[in-house]
Amino acid sequence: MKRVYCNEKYCVNCHLCEIYCLAAHSPAPDLIKAFSPSDGIRPVARIQVEESRPRSMAVSCRHCLHPLCADSCISGALTKDPNTGIVLSDPEKCVACWSCLSVCSIGAIRKGFVAGRPVSVKCDLCQGREIPACVEACPNQALTYEDRGEN
Amino acid sequence: MPRSLVPPAFFVERVTTRCIKCGVCVRQCGFSVHAQAEPYGEVVSTEENCVGCQRCVVFCPTRALRIMENVHSVRQHPNWTAGVIHDIQKQAETGGIILGSMGCDKDYPIYFDRLALNASQVTNPAIDPLREPMEVRTYLGSKAPRVEVKRSGVTFRLQKPMPIGIKLETPIMFAAMSFGSISKNVCEALAKAATELGTLFNTGEGGYHADLRKYAANSIVQVASGRFGVDKEYLEVARVIEIKMGQGAKPGIGGHLPGEKMTWEVARTRMIPKGTDAISPAPHHDIYSIEDLKQLIDTLKEVTDYKKPISVKVAAVHNVAAIASGIARAGADIITIDGMKGGTGAAPKVVRNEIGIPIEVAIAAVDQRLREEGIRDEVSLVASGGIRCSADVLKAICLGADAVYIGTAALVALGCHLCGKCYTGKCSWGIATQDEYLSRRVNPELGVKRLVNLVNAWTLEIKEVIGAMGINAIESLRGNRLHLRGIGLNEVELKVLGVKPAGESM
Repeated sequence: MKRVYCNEKYCVNCHLCEIYCLAAHSPAPDLIKAFSPSDGIRPVARIQVEESRPRSMAVSCRHCLHPLCADSCISGALTKDPNTGIVLSDPEKCVACWSCLSVCSIGAIRKGFVAGRPVSVKCDLCQGREIPACVEACPNQALTYEDRGEN
Repeated sequence: MPRSLVPPAFFVERVTTRCIKCGVCVRQCGFSVHAQAEPYGEVVSTEENCVGCQRCVVFCPTRALRIMENVHSVRQHPNWTAGVIHDIQKQAETGGIILGSMGCDKDYPIYFDRLALNASQVTNPAIDPLREPMEVRTYLGSKAPRVEVKRSGVTFRLQKPMPIGIKLETPIMFAAMSFGSISKNVCEALAKAATELGTLFNTGEGGYHADLRKYAANSIVQVASGRFGVDKEYLEVARVIEIKMGQGAKPGIGGHLPGEKMTWEVARTRMIPKGTDAISPAPHHDIYSIEDLKQLIDTLKEVTDYKKPISVKVAAVHNVAAIASGIARAGADIITIDGMKGGTGAAPKVVRNEIGIPIEVAIAAVDQRLREEGIRDEVSLVASGGIRCSADVLKAICLGADAVYIGTAALVALGCHLCGKCYTGKCSWGIATQDEYLSRRVNPELGVKRLVNLVNAWTLEIKEVIGAMGINAIESLRGNRLHLRGIGLNEVELKVLGVKPAGESM
C-alpha cells in the first residue's frame, strides 16, 4: 500500500508537515483560521517531527500489517480497512481510554478533540486528497508518498 | 560593554495578525534572528543578526514576514554613504579586515547590459530553431591549425595526432566551488547535473570527495596553490586539469578556509589534519614566471600520459592579455579568465570590490591579443565571473569565449539569495556550510532538477537567439563581434571591446 515515508537525510526540521496536516484536518478554510479557531480548540497534527539536532524526522502512522492499536482498542473505534490497508480511528466510537496510545510503538497516535470530546487522532492519509497534505507541504521532498511493495 | 554603533542592516516586519506562532522561522534561521520561548508562544526577533537571506520569508506558511533593508540608518549623504559609514564603525569596533562573500557589490558599469545583439532581416534568413537543428555543442582544448595527412594508395593517415577536444553539449559549465566552501550535497548536485547535461563541473581547490568520483568523466579538478587533495588518482580520474593561478573575486590573494569548517570529511578530502585552517598561499610557491608555469603544465601532462587538457585559470587583471598570451605559449589547452564580479566563499571586501577588471573587457582583450599573435586556435577561452543569463553567455561568446562558467547563477538556482555571508558557515539555505543541521537543506535530487532546468532553459534561449541571428552553430558566433553593438559606451570602451556603436552598419 502507499504510505508516507520520511527520508531523514533531507528532513530540515521546518515542521511545515505538522502545520499543513493540522490545517488539512481543521474545518477552517485557511491556515491562519485553523490556528485560531473560534471555539479555541486547535486541531492536532497527526504527523510529528522528532528532533535530536542535527537530525530530525517526521513520524506518522505506519498503518501496520498487524496494528496493535486496533487490537488494543476496547470500543472498536480503530480498525484496519481490509481493502485499502489504512488504519482509521472512528471518533464516534472512541471512548478515550488511550489504550492505543500506550501500545503504539512509535507514538503516532495523539490525544485530540472532535466536537468538543476527547478522542484519539491519527494519520488517515488525508482521505479525499490525492497526496497527503504533509507530503505536499514538504519543501525538500524529504516526505514521499509511495508504494514500496510493503503490506 | 560599549554600545555598538553599527545598526541592524535589516528589519524584521512580522504581521502579528498573520503570524500563527508555528516557529518555522525560528528553526530555519541560521543566524538565530527569531526566537520563541515555548511552542506556539510569541515570536521575537534579534535584528542585529539578520543578514537578509530571506529563508524565513520563503518558509513562513502564512506570509507573515517581511525583511526590510534598513535604509535610514544614517543621514543621506552622497559621499558618506551608509555602506562607508558602517564599515568605518565596524572597523573602529573590531580593528580587522572586513570580509565579504559572493561577488563584487559595487556599482560598476555592467558592459553586458550595454551591448545589443544582432538579428537577421530581409537580406539574410533567420533560422527557426523549432524546425531546424541548432548546434550548441562545442569543444574545449587546443585546435589543430591544419590536418596533415599522408596518402598511401587509397588510405589516408594522420601525420600528427589530433589534440584532445573535450565535448560540451552546451557552452555552460559549473564554476570551481570547493567542498569545504560549499556542502557535499551541493557538490553532488553540481556533479550530477553536469553529467546529465553533458557539460563539466569543477571541484575547486578542495580536493575531490571519494563519493563523487562516479561523476569524474565530467569533472575538472583544480591544482591550486595549496595543492589540497592532489594525488595521482585525483589527476587521473579527471576529464580536465585546471591550474588555479587566481580568482576574479580576489586576484592576488590566496584562500583561507577556517578550521571551524574543517570537518573530518572536508579534512580527509583535502588531505590535511581535521580542525586546521586550510590556507592557500597567494602565489604558487613554485611559479614565479611563465617558464615555471610551463614546468607545472608539463609535469601534469607527463603524469597523466598527455591524455588530459590542461586549463589555467587567472583573474582578469590589467595585464591579462599579455599573461594569457604567455599561458598559451606555456602549453595550456584552455585559459579561464575570471572577471572581477566572480563569486567567492570569503575575501576581504576591499579586494573583492576594488581589484580586477570586468570579464567583458578582459575576454575581448585576450581574444584580440591571441588572434593578433596567431595563437588563438592553440587554446580555448572560458569566460567566468558575472554571467547571469543566457544573453550574457551569448555576449561573452561574441566577445571571444568558447564557453562560460556559471557559479553564482548555479547557487541561486539551488536557493542562494546572495546575502553574502558564506564566510560565516551559517548559510540558512544549506549551501555554503558544513553544519549538518543546515547542509541537509539542499536535497541533491531536487538540486539536480533545478540546475538541469536552468541550463536547459538558457540553452533553449541561446538557440532561439542565434537562430534569429541567422546562425545555426554556436561555434560560428565565437569572437563574432560584428553581431554586437555598443549602447551608451564611449569610444575607448568600444575600442577595447572591439565593437561598433549602435547605428553603425557593417
